[in-house]
Amino acid sequence: MLTELGHYALILATCIAAAQVIFGFWGAQRRHLAVMQAADQATLVTFALVVLAFAALMQAYIVSDFSLRTVWQNSHQDKPLIYRIAGTWGNHEGSLLLWTLILTLFSACLVLAGRGLPTTLKARVLGVQGVIALGFLSFMVLTSNPFLRQATLPIDGEGLNPLLQDIGLALHPPMLYLGYVGFSMAFSFAVAALIEGRVDPAWGRWVRPWTLTAWVFLTAGITLGSWWAYYELGWGGWWFWDPVENVSFMPWLSGTALLHCAIVVEKRDAMKVWTILFAVLTFSLSLVGTFIVRSGLLTSVHAFAVDPERGRYILMLLALSIGGSLGLFAIRAPIFKPGGIFAPISREGALLINNILLAIAAAIVFYGTLWPLVVEAMSGQKITVAGPFYDRTFVPIMVPVVILMGIGPFLTWKRADAGAVAQRLGLVLGITTLVVIAVLFLRRGGAWLPYVGIGLAVWLITAAAVEWLDRVGVWKGRFAGLGRRILRTPNAAHGMSLAHAGLGIAIIGMVGSTSWSLETITAMAPGDTADLGQHCVRFNGVNQAQGPNYSAQVGDLTVLRNCQNDWLALAPEKRAYPVRAMGTTEAAIISRWNGDYYVALGDEQDGKRVVRAYFRAYVPWIWLGGIVMVIGGLFSLSDRRLRLGIPRRVQAPAKGATGSPALATAKVDGGAA
Amino acid sequence: MNRWLFFAPLAIFVVLLAVWAWGLNDKRDPNALPSQLIDKAMPVFALPDLAGSGSPSLATSDLDDGQVKLLNFFASWCVPCRIEHPHLTTLAKEAKLPVHGIAWKDKPEDALAWLQALGNPYTRIGVDEFNKVGLDFGTTGVPETFIVDQQGRVRYRHQGPLDPLIINETIIPLVLALRAEEKS
Repeated sequence: MLTELGHYALILATCIAAAQVIFGFWGAQRRHLAVMQAADQATLVTFALVVLAFAALMQAYIVSDFSLRTVWQNSHQDKPLIYRIAGTWGNHEGSLLLWTLILTLFSACLVLAGRGLPTTLKARVLGVQGVIALGFLSFMVLTSNPFLRQATLPIDGEGLNPLLQDIGLALHPPMLYLGYVGFSMAFSFAVAALIEGRVDPAWGRWVRPWTLTAWVFLTAGITLGSWWAYYELGWGGWWFWDPVENVSFMPWLSGTALLHCAIVVEKRDAMKVWTILFAVLTFSLSLVGTFIVRSGLLTSVHAFAVDPERGRYILMLLALSIGGSLGLFAIRAPIFKPGGIFAPISREGALLINNILLAIAAAIVFYGTLWPLVVEAMSGQKITVAGPFYDRTFVPIMVPVVILMGIGPFLTWKRADAGAVAQRLGLVLGITTLVVIAVLFLRRGGAWLPYVGIGLAVWLITAAAVEWLDRVGVWKGRFAGLGRRILRTPNAAHGMSLAHAGLGIAIIGMVGSTSWSLETITAMAPGDTADLGQHCVRFNGVNQAQGPNYSAQVGDLTVLRNCQNDWLALAPEKRAYPVRAMGTTEAAIISRWNGDYYVALGDEQDGKRVVRAYFRAYVPWIWLGGIVMVIGGLFSLSDRRLRLGIPRRVQAPAKGATGSPALATAKVDGGAA
Repeated sequence: MNRWLFFAPLAIFVVLLAVWAWGLNDKRDPNALPSQLIDKAMPVFALPDLAGSGSPSLATSDLDDGQVKLLNFFASWCVPCRIEHPHLTTLAKEAKLPVHGIAWKDKPEDALAWLQALGNPYTRIGVDEFNKVGLDFGTTGVPETFIVDQQGRVRYRHQGPLDPLIINETIIPLVLALRAEEKS
C-alpha cells in the first residue's frame, strides 16, 4: 500500500517538476508575480512528494518487502536494521531517488531561504533546478523505477554486497551526493545569470553559501570514502586513482576553484566568466560522476550496454543539461565585461593563477579517467592509467598551488604591498626551514623528495597560522583585547585559515604514508614473529567467531615494542557472508600520532597463515586534515555576511553604531576565503 | 577576447559525447541477460515422484524423448503459481504439449493436496524439496518455466507466472517453430 503511494508520489512529482519548470521560466520571462509564486509552491510540493516516495522505499527495505525488485536484489532479512536502511541507497534505483531527494531539498531550501533574492532570478533558478529534477525523475520512472513489483515472491533477498555493509560506506554516498547535488545550486544560478545577462557582487554572495555547503559535504564524503577504502580493502591504501574516486575528485577540484572565483565576483566584481564556467563545469562533472559510476561505463563499456535503454537516456540527459548549459555559455558569456583591473600582485591575481592551476589539475584527472575509455571505444584495447601517471602530472601541478595558497592570503585586494608581504613570507619560510631541518634530523635522512613534500605542508600550515595571528593583531603589541579581536574577526577568515591548514595537515599524512610506511607480508605459524621497522609483530593464532549474518576467522596478533615487550593487541578478521558467497577483510588498526599499525589476515598456506602487517606512517593526519578542512568550511559558512545574505545597507545606521553587524561586514575589506 | 573561445568547452563536450554514444552503439546488446542454461546441455538430475499424484517421476533422461515440452517449477505456497495454474492446464490440454512439473521447496503432502484441489496438468512430476535441482537451474523463485526441445536442451526461460499474452505470443510460436525445425 505504502509502496503504491510512493510510486504514485514519484510519478506525480515528475509532473509537478514539469510545472515548476514552466512556472519558473515563463513567470520570470513575463515578470508575472503570481506565476513565479506558483513556481515556489510547485518546488515545495515536488520536494514533499519525493520525500514521500523515498520514505515508502525505505519502509519497503526496513520490512524486507521482496515483492519489490530492487529490495529483493539488494537486501536480505538477516541484515542488521542499519544496513537494511542503508540498502535503500546502496543500489542504482535507490541512489537515484536519494539524489533527487537531495536535489529537491536544496530547491526547497532556496524557496524558504531565498526571500531576499530578486524574484526573476529566483524563479529562473528554480526553473533550472526543476529541469534537473525532471530529468532525474523521468529517468527513474521510465527506466529505473524503484517501485517495480515482481510477480514471483522470493523467500529471501539476494543480499547486499558485504563490502558495502559498513558504516563508513553507509554514510559515504549520502555525503557525496549532498556534495554533488549541492553544486546544482551554483549551476542553476549560473544558468539563470546567463539567461538574465546579469552577474553582480550580490549574485556572487548568493552563490557562495550553496557552493560552500556542497564543498563541505563533498570534502567529508571523499574523506569518508578514502577512510573506508583504507580500512576495508585490507592493504592500507587510501587513494587509488580509481575512476570511481576520480569522478568525485574532479568536482572537488573545480568546486574549490569555483569557491574562490565567487569571492572575486563578490569583492571585486570581476572573474565573472570564470565563475560561470566553473559553476557549469563543476555540476557537469558531478553529473558525469553520478551517471558514470552508476552505469559502469568507466569500468567496462559492456556493463553500460547491458541496458541500452538506460544508457541512451543517460546520454540524452547529459547532452541536454551539459550541452545546453555550455551552449548557453558560449552564446551569452561574452556579454559579461570584467569590472576591475587586475594587478599582478594582488589577491585576485593570486586567485586567478591558482584557479587556472586547479583547472589544469582537474583536466589531468579528467584525461586520466576518460582516456582509457576513449582508447577502448576506438580500438578495443584496455589500458590503465594509474598512480605513476598522476605522480608525474597531477602532483607537480599541486606544488605551485600549495606555494600560492601560502602567499595568497597575505595579499590584499586590488594592489598588495609587496614589501610587507615579503617580510611575512620570510618569517614563514624561516619557520618552515627550521621544521624541515628538525624532521630531517629526527628521521636521520633518507630520500630528499618526501622532505620537499613535508616542507610544502609546513609552509602552508605556517602561512595560515602567521596570517591568522596577523589578522587578529597579535603583532600589534598588546595582548589585552585579543579575545575580542578574535571574536570580531569574521568567521570566513577563521574558516579560510582552518581549511588551508587542514590541507597542509592532510599533505603531511599523504607524503608520510607514501614515503615512510613499512610492510611485512609473510606466512606465519602461531608463535612466529616478523620485523616491522624497529618493532615486531607476533602471530598468536586464529579463532572462529559468528556474526549476525557472517562467520569470521579472528586473528590474534601482538605488536612488540622494540621487539621486546608486548605493546599493542590486534584482532583482524576474515569474514564470510554465505548469502552472497563473498568474503571481506576486516583489518585491525591501531592509530598512534605518527602512524597506524595495520594488520590484515590472509589465506591459509601449508598450515601457516599469511599475515600482512603494515606501519602506515602519518595516515591519521589525512583524516585529521579532512576534518579540519570541513570545520573550516563550516566556519566560513557560518559567516554573518552569508547568513544575512545581501547586506541591507539601508538598515545600517551611517555612524556611531560600531557594533552593528552590517557595518562590521562592510569594514572587513581584507575579507575571507 | 575571441568570441569563438567561448565555444571551446562545448566543442570538447560534443566530442566526448560522440565517443560515449559510439561506445554505446557499437557494443549494443539489446537482449536481456538470458538464462545460462539456454542452448546448453541440461543439468543431470533424477527426482523422486510425487506419490499419489498419478504422474511418474522426472529425470534428465525423460527430457530428450523427441518431443518439445515445458518444464515448470511450482510450489503450493506460491500465490502466483495458483494464478498461473489454469493457464498452464489449458496450454497442456489444447496445445497437446507435455508439461512436466518440479515441486520446488515444498513438502510432498502439501504439493499433493494442492494438485488434488486444483487439478494436475503435469505429465511427469519430480519432487525437489530441498532445492537441489533448482540450484542447477538457477531458480530463485517460483513459478519459473523452461521450454525444452526434442533433444532435451533448454531453449527459453520465463520467470514469473505464465499468462495468456506470454503463452500466445511467445510460448506457442516458439513451440511451433521448434517442431517445424525438427521436421525440416
